Formats: sequence, C-alpha cells, structure tokens
Amino acid sequence: MRPMAQIAMVMNLDKCIGCHTCSVSCKEAWTDRQGMEHVWFNNVETRPGQGYPRRYEDQERWRGGWRLNRRGALKPTAGGRLRKLAGIFSPPELPATEDYEEPWTYDHTNRAGAPAHGDLDPVAERARRQASDKVRNEFEQTFMFYLPRICEHCLNPSCVASCPSGAMYKRAEDGVVLVDQDRCRGWRMCVTGCPYKKVYFNDRTGKAEKCTLCAPRIEAGLPTVCSETCVGRLRYLGVVLYDADKVTAAASVPREQDLYEAQLDVFLDPEDTRVRRACEAAGIPDDWLAAARRSPVHALISKYRVALPLHPEYRTMPMVWYIPPLSPVVEALTETGHDGEDARNLFGAIDALRIPLEYLAEMFTAGDVGPVRSALERLAAMRSHMRAVNLGEDPDPSVSAAVGMGVYEIEEMYRLLSVAEYADRYVIPTAAVGDARRLEESALTQGCSLDYEGGPGSGGDGPFGRGSGRKLLPLTPVEKFHILGERRTADHTADVEET
Amino acid sequence: MTTLLWGVLPYVTFALLVAGLIWRHRHDRFGRAARSSPVRESKLLNIASPAFHYGILFVLVGHLVGLFVPESWTDALGVDAHTYHLFSLYGGTAAGVVTVAGILLLVHRRRTDAPVLRATTANDKVMYAVLLAAIVMGVAAKLSHASGDGYRYRDSLAPWSRSLFTLRPDTELMAGVPALYQVHTVLGMALVALVPYTRLAHMFSAPVRYLFRPYVVYRSREPRQWGQRPERRSRERLGG
Ligand code: SF4
Ligand code: SF4
Repeated sequence: MRPMAQIAMVMNLDKCIGCHTCSVSCKEAWTDRQGMEHVWFNNVETRPGQGYPRRYEDQERWRGGWRLNRRGALKPTAGGRLRKLAGIFSPPELPATEDYEEPWTYDHTNRAGAPAHGDLDPVAERARRQASDKVRNEFEQTFMFYLPRICEHCLNPSCVASCPSGAMYKRAEDGVVLVDQDRCRGWRMCVTGCPYKKVYFNDRTGKAEKCTLCAPRIEAGLPTVCSETCVGRLRYLGVVLYDADKVTAAASVPREQDLYEAQLDVFLDPEDTRVRRACEAAGIPDDWLAAARRSPVHALISKYRVALPLHPEYRTMPMVWYIPPLSPVVEALTETGHDGEDARNLFGAIDALRIPLEYLAEMFTAGDVGPVRSALERLAAMRSHMRAVNLGEDPDPSVSAAVGMGVYEIEEMYRLLSVAEYADRYVIPTAAVGDARRLEESALTQGCSLDYEGGPGSGGDGPFGRGSGRKLLPLTPVEKFHILGERRTADHTADVEET
Repeated sequence: MTTLLWGVLPYVTFALLVAGLIWRHRHDRFGRAARSSPVRESKLLNIASPAFHYGILFVLVGHLVGLFVPESWTDALGVDAHTYHLFSLYGGTAAGVVTVAGILLLVHRRRTDAPVLRATTANDKVMYAVLLAAIVMGVAAKLSHASGDGYRYRDSLAPWSRSLFTLRPDTELMAGVPALYQVHTVLGMALVALVPYTRLAHMFSAPVRYLFRPYVVYRSREPRQWGQRPERRSRERLGG
C-alpha cells in the first residue's frame, strides 16, 4: 500500500442554476489576461449540448485520455512515447479558437441565429445508439441540466503523460495537477491528451495553463474561488486517501463499465486503523488524516455512494465527482399529476424515464445504468423521508431500507446535501503544519506560488484579490484578517456581528 | 582580413553561443519555448512544420559529417570521394530544397495570417532572414560546383573547422575557398551565434528524457515556491 492524499471535489448537480458565477469569478482570478481570452478554467455547460470546447467528448476526433492497447496495457489515445516524438514537429490535434467560442461581442444575431446544436452532443449520440427508436426524438424535450466543469485533477492524468518536457506534474502532497511554466516548451500535447480539454494554450506566452484548484488558496486551507462564490452552494471539497499502487491496475480494467467500481477500490477508508498507520508511515500529516475522516467528499463518494465520476471511460481516474440530478425526474412526474415526492412514484419514475437515466449513465458510468439508478434512488428516498419528517408524519423506515440506508445515515446525508455550512462543505487542511506560519505570511503580504511572469499572479490580481500580491500595501493587521475571514466563512450575517 | 574572418570570428561566435546559453539558462528559462502559434490555424503548419524541421535536421547531420568526419574515415569504410560527393549532392540538395520549401511556407503563413503576424517579433524576422540566407547560399554553393567530384571542401573547409578545436586555426586553408562557400560559412557562424538569442533556442529543448520517464510525474511542493519570488529578468515581457 502506498497511500497518498488528494483534495477532491463533489458537485451536486440538482442545485446548479447555471448562473456562471463560478466561471466569472474564476476568470477574474486566473484568466483575465492577454492570450487567455478563450480560456475558462471553470465552465458551466448545458446538457444535453455540445459542451466547451465544442464536442470535447468526441475522443475519436480529439484523441484524449487513455486506451488499452492489444496487450491490455494503458496507452495515451494520441499515441505512446515514440509516436509523440516522431510527430513532434507537426501541430497536435487541437480545438481551434472557434471551438472555444468567440468572446461575447453584443452581436445578438450570433446567438439568436445559431443553428440548433442539440443533436451534436457526443454523449447523446452514444446514448441514442443504445436507446430504442421510440425515444429517439424525445431526447431534447425530456430534460436539461447544467454541468459545471473544472480540471478533474485526475489520479492517472493523461495530460501529464503526454507532456514531452516533463513540465506537468501531479503534486505529491495534495494531488493538484500543475504545469511548471519554466519547463513548459509549448508542445501542446497536453491539450490533446486531456480528454476533458481542461489544459489550455496561452498563445501569448506560448505555454500551457490549467486550473490549479486555486492551489495557493488550498495551501492556506481556503476553498477554491469557484466553490467560495457558488450561488447554489453545491460544491464540496475534502481530502480523499487513495492507494497509489493500485491506480494503474484500476485504470486498466478491461470493461469500461467496471471503471467506476475500480476507482472506488483505489480509495482508502480513513477509519481503518491499518490505513491510518500506513498513512502515518507515508508521512501524511495528522491534520490531513483528521480532515480525511471528516471529508464530505469521501462521505458522498464512498459512504453514501451518491457521487459519480465524470466519464470514467477516459481512464484518467477523475477526482471531481458529481451527484446526478434528480430534479428532472421529480419535475416530469409532477407534470403528469402524480405526487413527485412520493417514494413509490419516484422509484418507478426513475426507471420509466429511461432516457435521462441512460444519458446520465453515458456521462457518469460509461453507460452502466445501475450505479446511476441507485444514486438517484437514494436521493429520492432522502426526499420522501425528509418530507415525512417535515410534515410531522412518521417516516416510513422501509423507504430508507429499500436503498440500503439507515434512518440516521439518510438524515446525515440530508444534512450534508442541504443545510451543511461552510466548515462542513469545505474541509481543507493547510499545507504541512510545519510551514503553516510561513505560508500564512506569504499568503497575506507577499506573492503566491503562481506568481510567475505573465502568470495569474503577475497582474497583481492574485487569488486574494486586487489588494494582495506584490504591491507593497501596508501590512494587514491580524485582527482585520480574522474579521474578514469570519465574515467570509459565516453562514449568517448575525454570526459576524456577534463577534 | 583572413585572420579576422577565419581565425577570430569562429571564436566570437562560440563565445556568444556559450554566453547566450548560460544567460538563457539562468535568467530566462520561461522564455525558452518554440513559441508556436497553435490555436491559430494548422492546415499549412501540418505540412510546413515537419518538412522544415526534418529537412533541417538532415542538413545538420550532413554538416556534422561533412565537417567533422575526416576523409580518411569514410575512405576506410570504402566510400570513395565520388560516391560521397553524389550522396552529399543529392541528399544535401533534396534536404535543402525541402527545408527551403518548408521555411517559405512558414514565412508565408506568418505574413498572411494576421494573428500570427502580430505574434511575430523583430527578432523573429532577423532570425528568419539569416536562416533563409544561410540555407539558400549553401544550396547555391553546392549546385554551382556540382560537376565531377564537386568542390572538395573536405580538403579545405573541413580541416579548417577541425583546426578550430585545437585552438590553432589554420586560416590559410580558407584562402582558396570559393566565394559562395565563404559567404555560406560566415552566415552559418552568424546563425550559430544567434541561436541562444532567438526562438531557435528551442532546439536545446529536445525532450529526449520523455522516452525514459514514467508517464505520470509526481513532484513535491518546492520550498522555494513558498515565499516571495524575485522579479525575474526576461528577454521579452510577455502578457500584460
Ligand atoms: S482533467 Fe485533464 S488536465 Fe485535468 S488532470 Fe485530468 S487529464 Fe489532466
Ligand atoms: S456558481 Fe454554482 S450554481 Fe452558479 S453556475 Fe456555478 S456551480 Fe452552478
């Protein structure tokens, strides 16, 4: 066992209202620079739809991720080492600027006159191929939801594997995948290599850049900017422990539908004493272990099993997971005149609305509807259980039992999914305790670790906003820092006034 | 004049090359990239870029063999002067033509694609001019002495270039060399001196280690990243 820690994210898709606050605040913090106009480290796409960049999920075209070769070994879809070096002088397969969509120029005809792209969704194409003719055309009417995306900070990142210069790496302490700007030589193979198209090329500096999971903030124990600003409060951040020795084997299981289970197997249970001992031996600090035990991400993924990985079939072992949306099902049910929150109706409806299920399965489990159905059923059970509680009725224990959960468990899950406060949604240990002080200082008054030239920090607008960074402002008094911190993390305004 | 051109200039070139490489390594690792312009437009680039790069690699190897492998070695391998000449004539010319075609396409793209043109610096233009001139002069020199065994540069230019390494440059050898070859040699030296100061520096980034490393790279947070980082000097200020 070689335990490693990773900061992972879960997003609850039921709550996303598609407001793009996350995208805009991310852009303000990181990509508001020349050469990065087309870049959205965080984007929100409407599904079914083409996505951003357009049709990025079509790996026949963009050649991202990993494939198994004839001997069953993992190989980057775009070709192995020799293939890459031989072709190094030709530009790799990249989305063009138009695929990233052009900036909004207030020419409304561009939008109003745009062709309908609904049937160009690669996921819909795959789901359709499997679905029957009957439902072929009902697709777009059936349902719609928003999918916010950032870099997945994969356990088996194909972007890193594609980089000839070795400039990209996975950070050992927290699993963040980064591009070393000093070593990047602009080969752009990572852009091709990433199946989620979450590495971008800055054509001003000639370097690749990507989502850093707001590394400087994470190091200081703060959530990412997109999580911080999320209007729906639907993002969760926490530590996941995993066994690095098992990653390659798990990523190369032959059947794509087994990848979800295989990835669950890679994760370690922080309650297990054997695991804890191994973690200590591997030098994972105590506060990280403590955080792993309180991790909302671990709970949603492994304990409640309601979160699913996005496109496990790319074999990169993504680490931003999603709770599939139940709302379209409830909505459709209510429209037919049924009680949309009655457990019996809901369970039946999940299956009856086959297309959403198949579509979601195509996104989250390589087409296996089983795990999606059971996640949705758990959410449905939670809804009807809590409705009974709120109406003062006696909750029917058979409802929670039907999805294999106890009453206490289901209420815990409800708390996490609906009323969890800031400190429960983001459980982020700071970078190594020993350096905590130094980090605090550097985070407060000086630059940040991404302060390279032409980089996000260089304009002075670091992750802490305009007031921080290299401009030598008067030192922030520590009291003021704490007041600001409390104001930011408080869930009710009253809490702040008391202090 | 002879001493200046063939005795001093090569060493100046070499000094500029080494100094430039050291400077780049110390102060400007960030700037050392091919500065490709990708999101742009790639149909033309798809043909032009490999044509140019493979062409110039072949040319480079040809020069290394021609200059630094003494005639006695190839003789020992049983390659006579005429065979050698034919090989270098056809091989060299073919590579030269491919390279020139590639570079012309690349320059054409640079000039006609507005965003790419805007991304072109004065530095690039000088570099392109010297590079193109050096290659064209080389091909011209070769073709103007194509008959028979061609010009036997392996009796003059090559020993001269080797004598540079012993620090006793034999400038006499260069006196009788045809003008075209002389011009080509000077341009070649200019090009070598320019390497570290232009985008040509990306040739030292050949990612050979990629072949031997594991696919996924892990790295720990570096202590030097924690505090404030000094302002770095750079050849060009990028972004804004
Ligand atoms: S999502 Fe893409 S860029 Fe992010 S770690 Fe995975 S392969 Fe790399
Ligand atoms: S801020 Fe939250 S609710 Fe708004 S689009 Fe982003 S993820 Fe969705």
